[in-house]
Amino acid sequence: MAFQPVKFYQTGTFTVGNRLLADSERTVQANMRRTNSLNSGHRACQGCGEALGARYAIDAAMQATGNQVMAVNATGCLEVFSTPYPETSWQIPWMHSLFGNAAAVASGVAAALRVKGRSSVKVIAQGGDGGTTDIGFGCLSGMFERNDDVLYICYDNEAYMNTGVQRSSATPPAARTATTMAVGPHPGNVFGTGKNLPLIAMAHHIPYVATASVANLHDLEVKVMRAMGIEGARYIHIHVPCPLGWGSAPADTIKIARLAVESGLFPLFEAERGEITDRHKLRRRVPVEEYLKPQRRFAHLFGARPDVNTIASIQAIADRNVRTLGLAD
Amino acid sequence: MKKPFAITLDPGSSLANHTGTWRNNRPVYVDRLPPCNNACPAGEDIQGWLYYAESGDYHRAWHELVKNNPMPALMGRVCYHPCENACNRASLDEAVNIHAVERFLGDEALKRGWKFEMTVPPCGKHVLVVGGGPSGLSAAYHLARLGHRVTIHEAGPLSGGMMRFGIPKYRLPRDVLDAEVERILDLGITLKLNTRVDNILHSMKQGGFDAAFLAVGAHVAKRTDIPARDATRILDAVSVLRGMETSAPPQLGRRVVVYGGGNTALDVARTAKRLGASEALIVYRRTREQMPAHDFELQEALDEGIMVKWLNTITRVEDTTFTVEKMVLDGAGFPQPTGEFDTIEADTLILALGQDVDLSLLDKVPGLVLDKGAVKVDSNMMTGYPGIFAGGDMVPSERTVTVAIGHGKKAARNIDAWLRSDVCARAPKHELARFDMLNTWYYADAPKTVQPVLDIIRRQSTFDEVQGGLDESNALFEARRCLSCGNCFECDNCYGVCPDNAVVKLGPGKRFEFNYDYCKGCGMCATECPCGAITMTAETI
Repeated sequence: MAFQPVKFYQTGTFTVGNRLLADSERTVQANMRRTNSLNSGHRACQGCGEALGARYAIDAAMQATGNQVMAVNATGCLEVFSTPYPETSWQIPWMHSLFGNAAAVASGVAAALRVKGRSSVKVIAQGGDGGTTDIGFGCLSGMFERNDDVLYICYDNEAYMNTGVQRSSATPPAARTATTMAVGPHPGNVFGTGKNLPLIAMAHHIPYVATASVANLHDLEVKVMRAMGIEGARYIHIHVPCPLGWGSAPADTIKIARLAVESGLFPLFEAERGEITDRHKLRRRVPVEEYLKPQRRFAHLFGARPDVNTIASIQAIADRNVRTLGLAD
Repeated sequence: MKKPFAITLDPGSSLANHTGTWRNNRPVYVDRLPPCNNACPAGEDIQGWLYYAESGDYHRAWHELVKNNPMPALMGRVCYHPCENACNRASLDEAVNIHAVERFLGDEALKRGWKFEMTVPPCGKHVLVVGGGPSGLSAAYHLARLGHRVTIHEAGPLSGGMMRFGIPKYRLPRDVLDAEVERILDLGITLKLNTRVDNILHSMKQGGFDAAFLAVGAHVAKRTDIPARDATRILDAVSVLRGMETSAPPQLGRRVVVYGGGNTALDVARTAKRLGASEALIVYRRTREQMPAHDFELQEALDEGIMVKWLNTITRVEDTTFTVEKMVLDGAGFPQPTGEFDTIEADTLILALGQDVDLSLLDKVPGLVLDKGAVKVDSNMMTGYPGIFAGGDMVPSERTVTVAIGHGKKAARNIDAWLRSDVCARAPKHELARFDMLNTWYYADAPKTVQPVLDIIRRQSTFDEVQGGLDESNALFEARRCLSCGNCFECDNCYGVCPDNAVVKLGPGKRFEFNYDYCKGCGMCATECPCGAITMTAETI
């Protein structure tokens, strides 16, 4: 059963809360007693999408389990900005080991809990797109394949932001990074490369796979809560804009994330055991230019003579998503 | 404390790290002026009362409404709702049907017998209000609620002024008017009917009044020179509409011509139709675009079978033959005669050319300044004579019920201040909440609720009310279409979207505040605020 938006209460379920709705229909984030799992004082940049996405997801998981959550974190921005020695922003049991082994460590934690008979405690592994799609990919695939009782959350900001914006296998085509400079006849990242990790996760036939966005909080929370209620390996891929790496205004983080969804470039869907069960229909569809233009990593596509061919190729990707996933009515 | 290998510091929370020092812009909560409030001539806090109506608390909504306007059932019927023309929602889908919700609240109050709250103790001053129309009633209401004793002198046999003698029943049923007037008088206001004030200074002295508010309206019909035989029946719109309130309605004949292009011309033509005229024709010397009457009223009239002859003047009337001359607009948009003539057959000519003010009661008052037949007042609604204030149709302004009610309120506040030898302090206006300050993504799609309209046959033959009201379910829906422009409605967006937990939620009805110790100044809260109630301001160093 998918998340049912409330059709009409001034802002319906588009806003975080809504004084006209029953408490149960508001988000966890609207609650005055949310856990603030990732607390104030962390060192993320202004307008960090990942800090926001992590709090959204972990707070929802805490709510779903009655605060019985342990987290294992891969190396990356999220780990670095939240735990500079000796401080921590986490208000949950949290551990960090290496860049590439978060999924394996989480599998171990889950096994230990099982041995100790602590079935009420749930394990979450989390990391950025680099630690997930590149460096930790082998461990993650193993976790999926063994169907370990772990929810793995990938916060996808589409490059290695912590080390200075290098390309990852989640970097979109044409995007400028430190390693895919905007030079030469085909500036930016190369078309036809990279991985679609949600689809790869689905290919493992694990119980639950979903994509989510910081731009759609209700949808994100429902997916995390559903994942927390399922046994076995689960995967949620959350799109989190990075103002620093993408060259967008810190105030526009959610707006950019929303444009990614509404252009069709970042489709929101759910899948169970390899089959797509639901998708988020586009509400106000926009051409990809609207998403690309406010980001300096795509600035080379615009300027005095816009690179219409490249923009058309990106639009074709969005159109294919809309068509194959049935995102438009 | 003995620490593990290679550990030298105690663990700590990141709360020790005050990231607020990074900030160069700070978010600040603001209340901006919603365009509806800005446009309301009666100074209603429309967004304010819709806020309570949205949650179904109609009683509280009504109390908020009547803080500024004591006659919502009436206002929701006859106001030309400039609020809706200004409504930001019009740029999204359609304007909020504000007048329909106002009418619903007004009707609900009458149905449930809600009464005004008196909060201020009597202060011992006595104010004379001349005229029992919208402006006089509004002033009396506000003065009474400010603790003053009020007596209204009304020249006519009934209260209501132009609301009764100018607005036809099919737009304003008289039971609604009577009930709303009665509720105002229940505040302890004395209404003396059939009491014409011929000399204001004399009346004030005789009654021992400390101040006076004049609102006698504009009841003297303007005439024009049309060569006509004595046998021709020429009436004026004011006396026709007034005659409708007597036991013997005027006899207008089968074919009626109305001369003029204002709302009164439409009212009288529609009245003639209801009285049985088979032809009701309006002759107007300019075009539809230039007509001062409101377009929706013209459309209603056309629906009822009223005909209009644009760009024509009546030059001559002989018995039942009217000679009209075709006009043409010059470059400046003024109608100029063409010398082409035509004739119309009709039984009665009704002139609807506007009204003048009867200023005779002010004859012996020194210091008064007149302006084109109206009384000049200063920004406090006071005339040139200290202690005499004026408002409504008799001062230079747009002549609508809403403007009159606004004048009454403004005058009452200034009379109160003047009686206390004080000046009425006006709060500075907030910045206008423009459409581009909103984040409309968050508002759910919702088309405007349409009010039921009486069927055309009954509109042509009876004086039943044309526009129906909303019922509770669709009034609630309509109230919830309000975007709450510029004023926080506690959607929790700022609280939710802050990546730094730097927004503190204070609880229902108490809004939010920023924790500047941790706010990095990213501005996401301001961008994602649906209603534009957060502004970013530069930090000073």
